[in-house]
Amino acid sequence: MTADKDPVTGGVMPARGVSRRTRLDSWVDRYATRTHGMTASEIRALFAVASRPEVVSLAGGMPSIDGLPLASVADSVSRLLATRGASALQYGSGQGDPVLREQICTVMALEGIQAHPDDVVVTVGSQQGLDLVTRIFCDPGDTVVCEAPSYVGALGVFRAYESAVVHVEMDDAGLVPEALRHALASAAARRAPVKFVYSVPTYHNPAGVTLTAQRRTEVLDICAEFDVLLVEDNPYGLLGFTGEPMRAMRADESERVVYLGSFSKTFAPGLRVGWVLAPHAVREKLVLAQESATLCPPTMSQAVVSTYLAEHDWCGQIKAFRELYRERRDTMLAALTEHLPAPVRWTRPDGGFYVWVQLPEGLDAQAMLPRAVTARVAYVPGTAFYADGLGSRHLRLSYCYPTPERIREGVRRLAGVIAAEVELRETFGASLPPGAGAQHTYERPGPDQS
Amino acid sequence: MTQAAATDQATSTAAARIVVLAGGLSHERDVSLQSGRRVGEALRRRGLDVQVLDVGVGLLDTLRNDPPDCVLPLLHGETGENGALREVLGLVGVPYVGSDPQACRLAFDKPVAKSLIARAGVRTPPWLALPAETFRELGAAAIMAAVLTRLGLPLVVKPARGGSALGCSVVRTEEELPAAMVACFAYDAVALVERMVAGTEVAVTVLADPEPRALPPVEIRPDSGVYDYAARYTAGATEFVVPAELSPTAAAACAEVAVTAHSTLGLRHLSRSDLLVDTDDHVWFLEVNVAPGMTETSLVPLALDAAGLDVGAVHAGLADDAILSADESLSQ
Repeated sequence: MTADKDPVTGGVMPARGVSRRTRLDSWVDRYATRTHGMTASEIRALFAVASRPEVVSLAGGMPSIDGLPLASVADSVSRLLATRGASALQYGSGQGDPVLREQICTVMALEGIQAHPDDVVVTVGSQQGLDLVTRIFCDPGDTVVCEAPSYVGALGVFRAYESAVVHVEMDDAGLVPEALRHALASAAARRAPVKFVYSVPTYHNPAGVTLTAQRRTEVLDICAEFDVLLVEDNPYGLLGFTGEPMRAMRADESERVVYLGSFSKTFAPGLRVGWVLAPHAVREKLVLAQESATLCPPTMSQAVVSTYLAEHDWCGQIKAFRELYRERRDTMLAALTEHLPAPVRWTRPDGGFYVWVQLPEGLDAQAMLPRAVTARVAYVPGTAFYADGLGSRHLRLSYCYPTPERIREGVRRLAGVIAAEVELRETFGASLPPGAGAQHTYERPGPDQS
Repeated sequence: MTQAAATDQATSTAAARIVVLAGGLSHERDVSLQSGRRVGEALRRRGLDVQVLDVGVGLLDTLRNDPPDCVLPLLHGETGENGALREVLGLVGVPYVGSDPQACRLAFDKPVAKSLIARAGVRTPPWLALPAETFRELGAAAIMAAVLTRLGLPLVVKPARGGSALGCSVVRTEEELPAAMVACFAYDAVALVERMVAGTEVAVTVLADPEPRALPPVEIRPDSGVYDYAARYTAGATEFVVPAELSPTAAAACAEVAVTAHSTLGLRHLSRSDLLVDTDDHVWFLEVNVAPGMTETSLVPLALDAAGLDVGAVHAGLADDAILSADESLSQ
């Protein structure tokens, strides 16, 4: 056999009459170690079906942007291109457009944050903001502390930077302060450097619960006690269903909190515009990191957001979104109450997009997903929200995108799926390993409410 | 179609416009979309007018209103492989590539296919087909004990109907069996429980042009030891050896078994048989696929390549043959 490589398949080219070996990837021995976990998965395959209209998808967190005044936005964008097209289509500042940064400060003021535009860095969605924050703080092996469960997109970023994730339990009032204290103390005892605590305190993704005002103070005090940074991810903060917006943690602590914001849920996710508000020294490094990552955040998208904020009643639009999502939340909770049997529990969010469901003991949401897809309903299994494979008894339901009729139908189908799974588990129950369905301490009490 | 028509030199003329069906609602939708994209591109490179369509409510109207010369179903899983879609294509009167509904029904149901092929004198691992309902009615513990007594360990548990190793588990201890059954029943109401045979895993493609002939066998060596979903669709996770490193006797036996499977079930055009060659060079039939994967990491394209055949040319030739067969049946 010769040592020549097949230029197409990456396999070793055979001599005549000799077998050819191939892995169908020319670069299989060149990838970084962190790439090795990037494999095809059955779960991703099943989600391909969820995108079909026949399936009621209660899985994705897509905002319902049907309510946007699209014709009016189109006029604004048209005028923008006609009058300022040359600059809107040109490279821009690495930190982001100064006018937009001023407007972002106005948006954040609704949550009690007093900020200066100089401390804002515009990013490609808040997802890139988290990526940049992790990039400048985390070496491989460094520890990040986050809630149990935590946002799946954040866990993906931490994995990409080879960070170690320590989960801390939540209950109905959000992150449990004493559990956080214990986790930070344990890390300190192990001399494991905790680079930051990552939290979605308001209308949590996926749990749907909100950190109470009293606990916000306690969590900030604990971070100060252990001299740890807090990353507050707040994409849903303005989408509450009761009263005024919850005061952001950054509103009460400017030096120890890095705040991530987004226009994806309040305007348009396709524009990919988010931001980071950070203390001065952190902000400087974020700008440099942003310049090396993208040169500058997309100028056209920034211009569209800026124009929207200047020319439209964006506060009124947010109120309309709140009403729309509140109706869908109510529909989902009513459908869950009507269709799901007593052992199933779920949270009752006061805002945001998600309900976190706990299945009866012994059930595994990931193992149940094929049955759900066959029944034409989709959800996200709880294991996606844990870095360590836990959460199998949970699933996340989204009410943000489907209409109320589809939500009712989806929950009805889900109830049938759960009932069939319960029956199957009962059939094999006595024979299943005793550990099946057992929960880690930080899955209990969990954010579930009855 | 002649063998020459399946080479790079020949360009199809009859099948000027082809609809490739890919996607659908089965658990293998994503794999099917990849297969459709690859074959669609391969046909376009040969100058054919190709439309890749998903299967949905409007499909039949589309086919009726603007009938293509031929349909190429690349739907994996339930509707695409159980004969249902082909039955409907027959009703609409559009020529299609591949096996007819009856043959699909026989091949897609693994226990049925194993029964028929065993009757034709081919070795297949001992098996039982067990519906979930049976466990409910008669009690799971007693049935599983009887299964273990009959088949022993290790076992393979897989959905009776399905592909891409979805819902498949290897059971090495008694304690693993219940969880494997539950995982399997998430995909299908009937489980195929099969004694696991140790040996070399081989896939043999049969191309009927028009006489069925076996292409070079492809040997599968997954890094993880199990050719599961990740090993199938992650480039680099499995090493393939083409032709498989088998004794001449075993290689010939593999070819014979694959052609026997193809013929016994009445399959047409293209099939892929999954086989095992044990240490005594005995060949064991596992299953046969009527719509085998055509993705970048699939087995049939490797076999075609080893035989000096082009994916686009072969499918164009098969489309020509489908059109010709449809014309002949109309004129009779």
